[in-house]
Amino acid sequence: MEKTIVARTGNEAMAEAMRQINPDVCAAYPITPATEIMQIFSSFVNDGLVNTNLITVESEHSAMSACVGSAAAGARTMTATSSQGLIYMHEILFIAASLRLPIVMADVNRAISGPINIHCDHSDTMAERDSGWIQIFSENSQEAYDNMIQAIRIAERKDVSLPAMVTTDGFIISHGMERLETYPDAEVKKFIGEYNPPYNVLNLEKPITVGSIVLTDYYLEHKKAQHEAMKNAKKAILDIGKEFGKVFGKEYGFFEEYKTSDADYVLVCLGSTAGTTKAAIEELRQEGIKCGLIKIRMFRPFPAEELAAALKKCKGIVVLDRSEAMNTQAGPVATEIKAALYDAGIAKPMHNYIYGLGGREIYIEDIKNVFRNISKDTKGSNEVKYLGLKEA
Amino acid sequence: MANPKQSALVEEKFIGGHRACAGCGFPIFLKQVLGSTSDPIVVVSATGCLEVTSTIFPFSAWKTPFLHNAFENSAATCSGIEGAWQSLKKQGKYDKNVKFLALGGDGGTYDIGLQSLSGAMERRHDMMYVCYNNEAYMNTGVQRSGATQFGQHTTTSPAGKAVSGKTQGSKNLTEIMVAHDLPYVAQTTIGYWQDATKKFEKAWAITGPKFVNVYSPCVPGWGYHMSQTVKMSKMAVETNLWPLYEVENGVYTITFKNPVEKRKPVEEFLKLQVRFKHLMKGDDKSKAIIAQIQKTIDERYAHLELMEKATNPAAK
Ligand SMILES: Cc1ncc(C[n+]2csc(CCOP(=O)(O)OP(=O)(O)O)c2C)c(N)n1
Ligand code: SF4
Ligand SMILES: [Mg+2]
Repeated sequence: MEKTIVARTGNEAMAEAMRQINPDVCAAYPITPATEIMQIFSSFVNDGLVNTNLITVESEHSAMSACVGSAAAGARTMTATSSQGLIYMHEILFIAASLRLPIVMADVNRAISGPINIHCDHSDTMAERDSGWIQIFSENSQEAYDNMIQAIRIAERKDVSLPAMVTTDGFIISHGMERLETYPDAEVKKFIGEYNPPYNVLNLEKPITVGSIVLTDYYLEHKKAQHEAMKNAKKAILDIGKEFGKVFGKEYGFFEEYKTSDADYVLVCLGSTAGTTKAAIEELRQEGIKCGLIKIRMFRPFPAEELAAALKKCKGIVVLDRSEAMNTQAGPVATEIKAALYDAGIAKPMHNYIYGLGGREIYIEDIKNVFRNISKDTKGSNEVKYLGLKEA
Repeated sequence: MANPKQSALVEEKFIGGHRACAGCGFPIFLKQVLGSTSDPIVVVSATGCLEVTSTIFPFSAWKTPFLHNAFENSAATCSGIEGAWQSLKKQGKYDKNVKFLALGGDGGTYDIGLQSLSGAMERRHDMMYVCYNNEAYMNTGVQRSGATQFGQHTTTSPAGKAVSGKTQGSKNLTEIMVAHDLPYVAQTTIGYWQDATKKFEKAWAITGPKFVNVYSPCVPGWGYHMSQTVKMSKMAVETNLWPLYEVENGVYTITFKNPVEKRKPVEEFLKLQVRFKHLMKGDDKSKAIIAQIQKTIDERYAHLELMEKATNPAAK
């Protein structure tokens, strides 16, 4: 297959994926740093490059509401947002998932107010981690592009039928120019296939009632069905990641392991920090510290067993959380990893750091230090530490 | 125009078995709005009495496609369906003629859903929004809304010893919708069958955004006998508390002419209902509240007359 090599920002890469996906409907509302995705996409619409009906709603709440209406009417439906926009959708995100509508969203990670801030952290995505959406993180523009294409297939697979959000790190990826390999339109179209909706309120022969009130007699069963769909999503993500590899040359799984096979110390993180960590690992290995990285790609559903297995051999674990859970116990990623290790009967020294909130920079040196710390501490610590905090 | 006999022959889209109270107003207007076109209709409803009484899983009173999303987003949700329909039609993936109806109670429309409604109307979706106004949040147990009347007792504006019901008047939502420059805006009520069906028929025939505000009595929320629903509706019109009118592309027509010298005093309507019982003691405070309600009614009607005269001088 002939790939085109271009220089693109994360936002441009996601908009390009959306052009190739060519959804029937897009309903969206501007917010930094995701605005650009819809701006670029609007040009595609008005230049006649896509068939999409772009609904320029008056809020993100209405964006997600219109997406629910559109997806229930049998249309392939997408949106893009960030931060306040994502959490403004909060109520309807749960409804979209419970109605099993395979809406796909680009979410550009940005800190949540307050205080108001426009830069990257993962608090927006993490605030929606229990909404029933599949959540896929990207390290760079290429992954953002590839993940958008795969998300359509994952969300729409019959045994899944759930909405999915693909995230990038605000500004770091969304506005950072990188090398991007794009695939021919026809190949992407073939890969995603025709949309076959789970149900359709425009089907007049079979009028259905959607969004019924479900009380004590069926609510539990309804939720269990969603739980099963999430389990199926795990399988779908692997299958489709493999197939993507066969067609486009790069295979995707639940997480990426970097130099973990002989690593004494493994750091777990999400998104763009993985790139910084890889550079730190190279330097530390020269110093003789055998360290490695696990970059989680799929946060929902959470690959607990697989992560526990991957962390079994190391001597110590560092988990970097780019958001706060405010439980004073651990960040959202560390909480999940601790639970996964407990279930697997694994107890290991662990350090958990909250870092990068509101776009605070993280340097190679910071990462080297956290590896050095865990290498000297055989017991680990339950204390949540802040990384990169200014000295008082 | 469909009279009750004729509309009885149209296959019903909303059927028996729903659990609305006996005497509830909204099943009546549903018959009027759903029976006023022979085209298929996709219905969206906000959370509220209408939705919860008609879709208790695994049952449904809907024989036409129906979607409920949440409380404040009936209009936005409907705009998404309409948007999908436009897209699929344009791409040749769908070819049926369908009409779109978004429903909401006064709470879901005057208050929490107003932005969603305003946005959908401003975007000119081809859909009709119908608000069924029973002047309170009935589904959650009769709390005050933006449509609740001055002095009206609700559970959050109770008739207390110090404060006598709601201390603000009702929002004039229909005029807010007129300000959206829609091709069709109207007020009607369930007790005037022909007025309602004529307006719905007219609205359905128009492509673009339409808004109809329907006064819809509520038995337990207002406190009257279930046999009196139609009377409540008629009294609201005869007192001008709920004037019947329509605005087509900015041109006003009062469809039930009831000048101030002819209209009944509002007290005649208020005294029939428990929600205004506390105002019937004859004391000065109650009298002042009733006078205030009356004043608003007469001012609003005078405004309508002025608007009709200005935009539609030929109207009789
Ligand atoms: C966001 C949100 N807030 C509050 C509620 C609770 N709630 C459900 S229905 C309702 C009142 C509905 O009132 P109205 O729209 O007037 O319809 P009615 O029940 O009177 O027919 C309220 C407050 C909700 N479902 N969602
Ligand atoms: S409470 Fe009022 S609005 Fe609700 S179903 Fe009963 S009569 Fe109708
Ligand atoms: Mg109400």
